[in-house]
Amino acid sequence: MVNVSHQPDANVPPAEVPDVHPPHAHSWLGKWVFSQDAKYIAIQYSCTAIAIGMVALVLSWLMRLQLGFPDLFSFSPEAYYQFITMHGMIMVVYLLTAIFLGGFGNYLIPLMVGARDMVFPFVNMLSYWVYLLAVVVLVASFFAPGGPTGAGWTLYPPQAILSGTPGGQQAGIILMLVSLILFIIGFTMGGLNYVVTVLQARTRGMTLMRMPLTVWGIFTATVMALLAFPALFVASVMMLFDRLLGTSFFMPTLVEMGEQLSYGGGSPIVFQHLFWFFGHPEVYIVALPAFGIVSDLISVHARKNIFGYRMMVWAIVGIGALSFIVWAHHMYVSGMHPYFGFFFATTTLIIAVPTAIKVYNWVLTLWQGDIHLTTPMLFSLAFIVTFVNGGLTGLFLGNVVVDVPLSDTMFVVAHFHMVMGVAPLMVIFGAIYHWYPKMTGRMLNDAMGKIHFWVTFVGAYLIFFPMHYVGIVGVPRRYPEVGDSTYLTAPVDNLNAFISIMAFIVGAAQIMFLYNIIRSVWNGKPSGDNPWNAASLEWHTPHTPPRHGNWGDELPVVYRWAYDYSVPGARHDFIAQNDPEGPAMPAHA
Amino acid sequence: MTVILVFIVSAIVVALWWLVRQGVTTKPWLATGVAPMLQVGPGPSNQHAGLGIFIVVIGGLFALFGSAFVMRMDTEPWSAMTLPPVIWANTLQLILASLFLHMAFNAATRGDGPGLRRAAMIAGLATTGFLIGQLLAWREMAMGGDGLTTGPAASFFYILSGLHGLHILGGLGALGLVATRSRADPDRLTLGLGLCATYWDFLLIIWAGLLVLFLGWANQFVDICRGLLT
Repeated sequence: MVNVSHQPDANVPPAEVPDVHPPHAHSWLGKWVFSQDAKYIAIQYSCTAIAIGMVALVLSWLMRLQLGFPDLFSFSPEAYYQFITMHGMIMVVYLLTAIFLGGFGNYLIPLMVGARDMVFPFVNMLSYWVYLLAVVVLVASFFAPGGPTGAGWTLYPPQAILSGTPGGQQAGIILMLVSLILFIIGFTMGGLNYVVTVLQARTRGMTLMRMPLTVWGIFTATVMALLAFPALFVASVMMLFDRLLGTSFFMPTLVEMGEQLSYGGGSPIVFQHLFWFFGHPEVYIVALPAFGIVSDLISVHARKNIFGYRMMVWAIVGIGALSFIVWAHHMYVSGMHPYFGFFFATTTLIIAVPTAIKVYNWVLTLWQGDIHLTTPMLFSLAFIVTFVNGGLTGLFLGNVVVDVPLSDTMFVVAHFHMVMGVAPLMVIFGAIYHWYPKMTGRMLNDAMGKIHFWVTFVGAYLIFFPMHYVGIVGVPRRYPEVGDSTYLTAPVDNLNAFISIMAFIVGAAQIMFLYNIIRSVWNGKPSGDNPWNAASLEWHTPHTPPRHGNWGDELPVVYRWAYDYSVPGARHDFIAQNDPEGPAMPAHA
Repeated sequence: MTVILVFIVSAIVVALWWLVRQGVTTKPWLATGVAPMLQVGPGPSNQHAGLGIFIVVIGGLFALFGSAFVMRMDTEPWSAMTLPPVIWANTLQLILASLFLHMAFNAATRGDGPGLRRAAMIAGLATTGFLIGQLLAWREMAMGGDGLTTGPAASFFYILSGLHGLHILGGLGALGLVATRSRADPDRLTLGLGLCATYWDFLLIIWAGLLVLFLGWANQFVDICRGLLT
């Protein structure tokens, strides 16, 4: 091991950015409601995201009632489409993106890089309030005449704004588009903060290559989101013009109910390009923070340094870059030049390389580690398994010839729920169990945590494994009811009912999780400053929970990376990033 | 999607170059102690870094609109439109606004208060003139038969010039804040004017890019790209 400064306290370079204490709020409103403290904003983001996520959970229950027991609970097709649309959009955008970037990003970036707060706290606060406004507008569509839009989460024109689609000629689609525009404006405010804080406000000694992988994941995902979300913004604005002002950006010449509409010449394919230019990077905008977080969780709970840190960083950056040139694999059935199909299939499969590197490195981190099967670790392990499973079915769908017959079946639904629903949610749960003690000073109830894990993990597999089979048999997605058919037999109906029952059970486990979170704020076991004996900077604040400004009078100085676990000769089985001493005896590199 | 792809690939290349300079090939597990500073001299301020990122985001936004424009051109019917002459006067005003903001920034750096106020005032007036001129252009187009729904090219013109105008309006608000809140603090005033000058330059470049699209000057380039891709 090389000591780059030779003497721990010698040659400490001056801070590149002067230490500025953030202004403290004096009023109750300033502290708790319009807070400019990134930690409070993080909690506001997370609570809002979880609240709207519960709406999405209920919508999924309603869908499963329809699919599992069509004779008992028969919703209209319009209502079913509305459930699908709102469930998808809420989960992808308003829950997963918001909680990973707005929630974990706000809480962890300043603490992990040794900053006092985000660099633009006022803009950061505005970001949350614009996000909340977006959520309110979205929820308002449930109460608008005609209800929310039922266009599907992809909002494909021309059907999205035609009268045959629920909310198409009413307020539903307008409110959805306005809400998305607001969300993107709010996110841009927050995203600027996350990126500039990482670039500018790292404390002394915190080089980019000493940042925990959580920060790398959130940072890269934020950069991607700042480049990808504008595509959704452009698509939303243009569709809003088509819907409200009669332009024909996406609307071709068409006849509806025997009457020719005033639209003409627009291209729905342009919308699809724009949507998926956002939509595919969005998968990684959700996945990269999950990759980063799970890397840190595995390292801490296996008491072992992360395997191949450099490769992990390069893989995160590589995945981020590659994800911008694969979008058209979502459009194989829209038709394209065969060379384009070949190109996009190739780039899609190439992404598997850095992704596989990450999976191997997680497994090699676990190899011969001192694995503690804590609740965060269980969720991390579940993530790895689930992500691999979801990734493998992704290989099927990345190939044009296999994708075409499987497209629009429940196989696709099962695939993307595994890779983009269950896998990131496992990480979110693991991360909450891991960092909750830092946020509150108390532990979550472990017994409830273990029950929550096993019901969620086993239940999710009992939902989505059979769903792959149901899809291969030929059950189409987006159909509220398939009715009598020659190829769908009674076992498929039974499987659908079974999947629905499991969905209710897994959903109920989430309510217990919420109860655990709320109850433990007051009744949880006191955690102390660093209950997991973690090395990264956020566990070494002078106070738990950290106070405004995070670091007391002086910013910390970083002497090492965040993964010094089980170092031979060290006093403990971890060495904190801000510990200048290191091992008592020199260790061999 | 050629326009946005060129933009994204350029952004990725710059980002990778920057990352390499930041030492992403070092082995952090081998190096303890306080790492030596990688940067020589003071780095950009938080505000400059923030504006830089914002410019990339907004650049991407307009590149996406540009991509949509180029893709839509492929779909018939596509009726080209005639831009009203007032557009050129507007362009000149935006160039003047940008120039005078730079003069205001230079005056602030020298501590020349009267020169600063004069230049900033002219820049603000020229920008306001640009916005009013854009509204006149809309009116002329509508009266000339190129309404919002007349044809796709006209629709793009309204939406893009409107969005560009909104960004100019936001910049004007920021300039107003700089002028009122930072008056007593010369350093903040210089910083604010420098940021505004950069932002105006950026919006001028965007406007030039939009003109190239609307006037059809980019068609040949687009044809070449299309030939390469197909």
